[in-house]
Amino acid sequence: MELSLSARSIGDRTVLEVGGEVDVYTAPTLREKIVSLVDGGARLIIVDLTHVEFLDSTGLGVLVGAMKRLRMVGGDFALVCDQEKILKIFRITGLDRVFTLHSTVEAATAGLAG
Amino acid sequence: MGTVRLAFSPAPAHVRTARLVGVAVARRAGVADAIIDEVRLAIGEACSRAVALHRRHSLSDLVEVELVAEAQFTVRVTDHAPVDTATIGAEGDPEHTDPFGLLLDTSGSNGGAADMTNVSDEDVAVGVSLTLLSGLVDDLAVIPGRDGVGTQVCMSWPAGRSR
Repeated sequence: MELSLSARSIGDRTVLEVGGEVDVYTAPTLREKIVSLVDGGARLIIVDLTHVEFLDSTGLGVLVGAMKRLRMVGGDFALVCDQEKILKIFRITGLDRVFTLHSTVEAATAGLAG
Repeated sequence: MGTVRLAFSPAPAHVRTARLVGVAVARRAGVADAIIDEVRLAIGEACSRAVALHRRHSLSDLVEVELVAEAQFTVRVTDHAPVDTATIGAEGDPEHTDPFGLLLDTSGSNGGAADMTNVSDEDVAVGVSLTLLSGLVDDLAVIPGRDGVGTQVCMSWPAGRSR
């Protein structure tokens, strides 16, 4: 399945819904979208991975880059994921200790430092 | 079932094709459904690594993938990039690769929190890829390629049948 991206606002939070496959081919598109959101003024971004079917190391690299960009401009970043196969990837790589992971968008919205 | 070989130009789009073929062969070999996602991810990581190496060295040579269904399902991904001593040194012992260390500023200037200001997305992906492979695949080896050119990532999983 191709990558799908859809952004919406909840108050001052921006939720980016990601679906499909995030891999070496599609990760640049995700990076461009996040960069455009940050350049457009978004500072509190929640990336919703609920509908992601595949995520590899290049996708993880983009997510790390997103967090870096947001922190450099005083923003914050959180992830939503409740799929065990995706959560396992974060655990194996140790990135579950770097990212703030939530099981729902509501929890991420409440937890993000505004 | 025997052996399936494919070779592809070092383009990111073809990594998905390699994943699809790899998973199809794994299923036919009888690899358990419970680990198919891990097989898919590992094949993708190994192929992405090869593509990245070829692109880094501006090589148009094909990346080679060999899928062998015997008592084990074995995948060999071969690149032809010049051997980078530093990189191979780390890859030769993936259990001891610590890409997470790339992410953290240990100077304490950030109160112990992650500081990634000097790390590119690509750097993170390369480091994380090795950790991911070693975490996903129990039987993993990164060895020099034939004739001393490039490297080969060898991975295998239990297969339920072979014919």
